[in-house]
Amino acid sequence: MEEQKKKEEKVKLPFFGIPKILPFLKKYKVRIIGMILMGVISSGIDSVFPLFNKYVINHNVALKTLDTLGYVIALYMVLLLFKVVIDYFTTFLCSRLELWVNRDMRNASFNHLQTLSFSYFNQNNVGYIHARVMSDSGKIGELVSWFMMEFVWNFAYIAGVIVVMFITEPKLALLVVAMIPVAVVIIIFFEKKLTVLNRKVRELNSTITGDFNEGITGVRSIKTLAAEEKMNTEFRKDTESMRKESVRTAHHSAMFSSIVSLIGSVILALILWKGGYMTVDGVMLIGTLSVFMSYALGIMDPIQTIISDFAALIQVQVNIERVDKLLTTQSDVADSPEVVEKYGDTFNPKKENWEDLYGDIEFKDVSFKYPDGDEMVLENFNLKVPQGAGVAIVGETGAGKSTLVNLVCRFFEPTKGQVLIDSRDARERSQLWLHSHIGYVLQTPHLFTGTIRENLCYGKTDATEEEIWRALELVSAEGIVKRMDKGLDSDVGEGGGMLSTGERQLISFARAILADPRILVLDEATSSVDTVTERTIQNAIGTVTKGRTSFVIAHRLSTIVDSDIILAVRDGKIVEQGNHRELMNKKGYYYSLVMQQYDHLSDGVLDA
Amino acid sequence: MEKKILKKQKFDKRSKLLLFFLRGSKRYFILCMIFGALVALLDLINPRIIAYTVDAVIGEKESNVPGFLRDIIDNVGGDAFFKSNLHIIAFMIVGIALLAVVSRYFFRTFNARGGEKLVCNMRDTLYDHIIHLPVKWHNENQTGDIIQRCTSDVDTVRRFLSDQLTNLVRVIILIVMSIIFMLNINVKLAMIAISLVPVIVGYSLIFHSKIGKSFRKVDDMEGRLSAMVQENLSGVRVVRAFGKESYERERFGKANEKYCGMWIRLMQLLSFFWASGDVVSGTQVMLVVAFGAAFCVNGQLTTGELIAFISYNAMLTWPVRSLGRVISEMSKAGISIDRIKYIMNSEEEEDTVGAGETNMAGDISFENVTFAYPAKDESDHSGEEESKTKKSDGEINNEAEEKPLTRVLDNVSFKIPAGSTVGILGGTGSGKSTLIQLLDRLLEIDEESECSGRITIGDKDIKDIKRKFLRQNIGIVLQEPYLFSGTLAENIAITDEGIDMEKVRDASKVAALDEAIEKFTKGYETYVGEKGVTLSGGQKQRTAIAQMLLRKPPIMVFDDSLSAVDAETDVKIRTALREKSKDTTTILIAHRISTLMHADNIIVLDHGRIVQQGTHDELIKQEGLYKKIFELQQPA
Repeated sequence: MEEQKKKEEKVKLPFFGIPKILPFLKKYKVRIIGMILMGVISSGIDSVFPLFNKYVINHNVALKTLDTLGYVIALYMVLLLFKVVIDYFTTFLCSRLELWVNRDMRNASFNHLQTLSFSYFNQNNVGYIHARVMSDSGKIGELVSWFMMEFVWNFAYIAGVIVVMFITEPKLALLVVAMIPVAVVIIIFFEKKLTVLNRKVRELNSTITGDFNEGITGVRSIKTLAAEEKMNTEFRKDTESMRKESVRTAHHSAMFSSIVSLIGSVILALILWKGGYMTVDGVMLIGTLSVFMSYALGIMDPIQTIISDFAALIQVQVNIERVDKLLTTQSDVADSPEVVEKYGDTFNPKKENWEDLYGDIEFKDVSFKYPDGDEMVLENFNLKVPQGAGVAIVGETGAGKSTLVNLVCRFFEPTKGQVLIDSRDARERSQLWLHSHIGYVLQTPHLFTGTIRENLCYGKTDATEEEIWRALELVSAEGIVKRMDKGLDSDVGEGGGMLSTGERQLISFARAILADPRILVLDEATSSVDTVTERTIQNAIGTVTKGRTSFVIAHRLSTIVDSDIILAVRDGKIVEQGNHRELMNKKGYYYSLVMQQYDHLSDGVLDA
Repeated sequence: MEKKILKKQKFDKRSKLLLFFLRGSKRYFILCMIFGALVALLDLINPRIIAYTVDAVIGEKESNVPGFLRDIIDNVGGDAFFKSNLHIIAFMIVGIALLAVVSRYFFRTFNARGGEKLVCNMRDTLYDHIIHLPVKWHNENQTGDIIQRCTSDVDTVRRFLSDQLTNLVRVIILIVMSIIFMLNINVKLAMIAISLVPVIVGYSLIFHSKIGKSFRKVDDMEGRLSAMVQENLSGVRVVRAFGKESYERERFGKANEKYCGMWIRLMQLLSFFWASGDVVSGTQVMLVVAFGAAFCVNGQLTTGELIAFISYNAMLTWPVRSLGRVISEMSKAGISIDRIKYIMNSEEEEDTVGAGETNMAGDISFENVTFAYPAKDESDHSGEEESKTKKSDGEINNEAEEKPLTRVLDNVSFKIPAGSTVGILGGTGSGKSTLIQLLDRLLEIDEESECSGRITIGDKDIKDIKRKFLRQNIGIVLQEPYLFSGTLAENIAITDEGIDMEKVRDASKVAALDEAIEKFTKGYETYVGEKGVTLSGGQKQRTAIAQMLLRKPPIMVFDDSLSAVDAETDVKIRTALREKSKDTTTILIAHRISTLMHADNIIVLDHGRIVQQGTHDELIKQEGLYKKIFELQQPA
């Protein structure tokens, strides 16, 4: 696995990545065009508003007459109301567009994730994927709605102002327009700088959040190590550099806004100077001068906004790139079109075409290497597991004991060779078909937030009360449930946090059994359960696996001695195969594992 | 309970806490406010200059200028001088703008300095406080909730102080001065302009306080949606193995739709608010222009004054519209302060007066130790409940229901002679881990009413030993050790000042970690922890063992810390340890007999009671739990 990069990537996509989000916008094409049109109209109205002042001053005030004032007021109010209505609909549409695009993208990412194979999840950590679903889509939604509208509004406003200025007084207009490039250059310069600085601040901020998380979740370790001072010093280093960096950023952005407002004032002064003389000379009316002054003050903000929108667009490319990468990642375990045709896909199964699963499993010349590995972990492996047989896989931590199980469950596919289920290649039927017949209990059991009942019924939604209790009793978990105040309807907490690891293992065991699978996989399912309970479960396993094909991964060897087939795995490879007696007699690797586990125990016991 | 030294102060009032955090940043904020006021004043001058210029240019009537300025103007040559020298006015405007720009720069940088200093201060204090809070507190409070308080609540307070409060000063000055200037120009027109101000502020205030609740609801929903994704991702194997993809899709789709719908409703309200605000303030502008024009025609106002008045009115519009929001944000900041106050008011671990050190190579003795946790109560501290009630005092109610306590340890007494090895065997929930947490004072015996007994090391009650000293001398390897972000070497040498690679290598070797490390391309420099490579449970345990070996503490505790290590490695480690730690007092907790059988004394715990005690050889001869477990662990 790659070390997670702390730095935010910088990405450059053709056309700022916009083509990649077009598919999400297609549905809303008409609305978007409507929004843009309304935005242009609204800004147009905005840019002519000062003309009312001009007219009132030039006509009513200068000529000392109130004759047209009523009309002016009426027209102004009509325009104002019209603009307000338009703006109302625009913001309304805009916010919907943002939310819809956001929602569609989240759904698309989430649904796509449901179809990706495990190699994706092995290569990307949960936090990373989580951010793709939750925050990237939000940023993109904001871009296509508010940033776009802001651009339209401000661009149209500037264009409108320039047009109005040129119509009313071209000479003064030239003066203002001449200053715009200067402003743009300065703004771009600062915007670039600020983008870099802001990114740094964001990175530091997430580091600090990480620090807090570490300090809190690791507090027991900090205390047992008496490492409080050290942690404090480290933390202070981070907050101090955050403070410094933030102040630096603030310094730049303060300079930035100061200079921009200075430019506004310079334009204002120029207008007053030139325009003043023009008015004195009678070339221009005083009302016109006042209009220009309000334009001079009002034009800087829109320019600044447009440029920062561009900066945002550049930054959002990263998010677009990531979402796009997620959505275009192809699962390396995928059903063929023919299989989908017959058995349905992940979301639309055609259960009417599903055959029953009997439970014969055969590995036929299977060679396998993990997609992110370079070494073959299985080579021309052959094994027949008849229906109802129990297979145990033993070996050291990290020796690759899960590989076979991953292949049986088709979480991965053989690089070469075939896995046959009921004598047919696993790939001939859909993944969902296979998975609905498998019960899987993990070493780190995962429970969902909710009640015990909800968790137990995860694999069998229509389980009766009786069935639930039978499953619980089979794995001796009924005590856990009875002890809780609300019984089956007690909350298990976030990720099952209200239960201990051992309790979670038992509940997830019961969950698997309740689903009545044809193939049962126990991946170190009882490692955190005490010996007495484990023995109870051991007996239960005997009952439960009867009539089912089962795979048991264990490092406590006492749990697997009765298995039909034992596979000993070392450094990712299967080194021995047979039942307990055969392997003990062989006095090979398995024998040594057993010997070590019971080392120094009285000799006689070990003689199988 | 013993008296504790109150090193840290209690914060009964919000203001007290705020002032505490403001140490070191107050002066920046004061400077910032001064410059803010300056900016507002300078901003207000320009319209006056323009008004004068316009009137001078038109020359129809003398502009209304304060007496002393009129004198200056007359001195330099009267209005006529400026009329023919307009560039001077232009320079004046630029000059004032420059002053305003400089003040604005200082306003913003002082603001940032103050804000960042404040945040830095708050974070440092909170972090320091939190890692010194007792484990009991951490058990009772959810991680996510604490982090939320330390990050987003801190930020809310910062934003309130540095964005809103300082701006508020500026805005109020701007509003007040605008109004004064407007009144100065023309009282009647000013009354017309001002009349709508309370309406706008009031409307905005009511709206924002109402919508605040909806925002919170949407936030909650977002939290739920986010948790759903989190669970789906971390439980991906379960989802697949049960073939529940459709179900998950549907569930997520529904929640997603609901979240989206909530936002849409909220945005609808906001759009309406903006639109109606536009109507009101647009009308106000119109009224000012229309009446102003009428007054001009009547001769009550000069043209220049009208233009100035219109500019002042424009200056008024935005601050007034934002005022309502600022005021409603205040209540939000208040809630955040309360949430932080809750953490700050929780009591840190404090050593008793006169606590000292002792010879840690002494006998350890547990005397009649009884311990109970408060019964698990679902409603006590969930974040959900917090958001539901959002109690004004921000406290998390722990005493909702006192339930009968469940005893974890019941009258436990035993002795561990210095330098010996004791094994503790017990099932899930037998109380073995509690025993260790008590020894290291992660939990305190006097914490709950039903707890009693004492623990001594070398005849000294551990209550009279400084926590830091105690913990430095007891090495504990937890079942699920925590690795900090950093390299493997940094983690192993975490208790040292620097990193002595030789020591690190030695310790790793004993912990049978060296081979695993060498397999990583970056070896000891491999980055682990939250953002790094994920180690297997066994590798984590072995890292923790190496960590402890580096310290060579006189007391070593292995809390089921070889459970995720396979048998072969387990043996390797234990053999190496036995050689390395001859004089160390060792406590081994396990449910694997082979791990404990060599101990000098083995204690068998069952439901908080000691049921058997003795050496392996003695215990297998007795009928009892030990023998039963031993037999269960035999190969068939």
